[in-house]
Amino acid sequence: MRVGVLALQGGVAPHVAAARALGHDAVELRRAADARGVEGLVLPGGESTAQRRLLAAQPGLRDAIDRLARWGAPVLATCAGLVLIAREVDGGPGTLGWLDVAVRRNGWGRQRDSAEAVADDGAPLVLIRAPRIVRVGPAVEVVRALAGEPVLVRQGALVGATYHPELTADLRVHRAVFGDARAEAGAGADVQ
Amino acid sequence: MQKSTYATKIGLAEMLKGGVIMDVVDADQARVAEEAGAAAVMALERVPAQIRAEGGVARASDPSRIEAIQRAVTIPVMAKCRIGHLMEARVLEALEVDFIDESEVLTPADLAHHVDKHAFEVPFVCGCTDLGEALRRIAEGAAMLRTKGEAGTGDVSQAVTHLRKIEAQLRRLGGLEPEQLVAEARTLGAPLELVRQVAAEGRLPVPRFAAGGIATPADAALCMHLGAEAVFVGSGIFLSSDPPRRARAIVEAVTHWRDPRALAEASRGLGEAMRGTEASGLAPEARLAGRGA
Repeated sequence: MRVGVLALQGGVAPHVAAARALGHDAVELRRAADARGVEGLVLPGGESTAQRRLLAAQPGLRDAIDRLARWGAPVLATCAGLVLIAREVDGGPGTLGWLDVAVRRNGWGRQRDSAEAVADDGAPLVLIRAPRIVRVGPAVEVVRALAGEPVLVRQGALVGATYHPELTADLRVHRAVFGDARAEAGAGADVQ
Repeated sequence: MQKSTYATKIGLAEMLKGGVIMDVVDADQARVAEEAGAAAVMALERVPAQIRAEGGVARASDPSRIEAIQRAVTIPVMAKCRIGHLMEARVLEALEVDFIDESEVLTPADLAHHVDKHAFEVPFVCGCTDLGEALRRIAEGAAMLRTKGEAGTGDVSQAVTHLRKIEAQLRRLGGLEPEQLVAEARTLGAPLELVRQVAAEGRLPVPRFAAGGIATPADAALCMHLGAEAVFVGSGIFLSSDPPRRARAIVEAVTHWRDPRALAEASRGLGEAMRGTEASGLAPEARLAGRGA
């Protein structure tokens, strides 16, 4: 699958590496033309205000990723990416509004409160000035929680994480969203 | 839950990649920077060019100034401490700044040592001019490196020199045999373990940003081309004639640095850049890059 990683600002490289480790063709998206042939989408972490402004300057790119999401392409949004696709942010309307959740930016505090943690299901979490999901819509499933609070959610083909699965060696989230092209090609399932 | 691990420190540096970190001296400038798309701001009392012009001892900023900037924006707020001044660093940590820049732009407090950055919960960025200096700062716990360049000049040549030197030294390291690494570590003045790690992985273990003299969108793009993963802009924005416009243009340039047409668009009609000073014409005592090697 050709996976496009939104590359306006932020932690792009770890997502590109994760997609390629699963045998996908990963491309960086900066312009509308970059989205040609893209079938899956990653919105990476970074600073959501910076990403939002850069996306506003690229209406063609915004339309292209909007179309992808509405067609039901698999989407993974982590941290600032989750903020971009959330319907509601800090009590106001979100930017792309695809995912029916409300988030609070920097919900844990400043960088000093950034942490490594273990999710309720044992998965390793890296939380960096992370947003918190404060409301989950009826069509949204909580896939993973930390002390009962959602940190990974799914709504159809849209997956949003408050943490950074791309910063750990654990590829399970990327595999759950985009599949494993190597396994499909019979190359084995030793992805972790 | 384990707070402030090395992974979370490097993680924040990772999230600032492809971004612009802008020097600001008050809440109004901080808001302009955030609105322009800055990935973070550096809270200061004076930008480097003012420090250069006014002279005197340059110290960490007044906490009330930093707090006013923290209240004004939601993006990360960084602040500078003097090289080796672990108590200024403790003050900045108590203020919960998001990153501390142990900076040669301020007057060094310790002429022989840097801060033990492992001992802090807040991540540190440090300046470097070559690979040895970079690895010494990483050994002390820095989670991000930036070139020193020559701050406050508006002349990008020193940042370019430092980026090229580090890149050449990284490439050289990759070509060495294992038995050559001990001698190379001694030449670089860097810990052997780090030298071995960098030789094996072919890259630094922390993000590498550019700083020092960046004044135009093309300057920022040049630094990205030379291997920088993000840029700091100090005096270059708020000493120019149209700071909001120049700030937006440099943000665009860092994202679209591979696209000359986008760079041309970003560079158009920005008004006057900061006037600046040619770095090669500076007297030795006016050069900041030699501080705290």
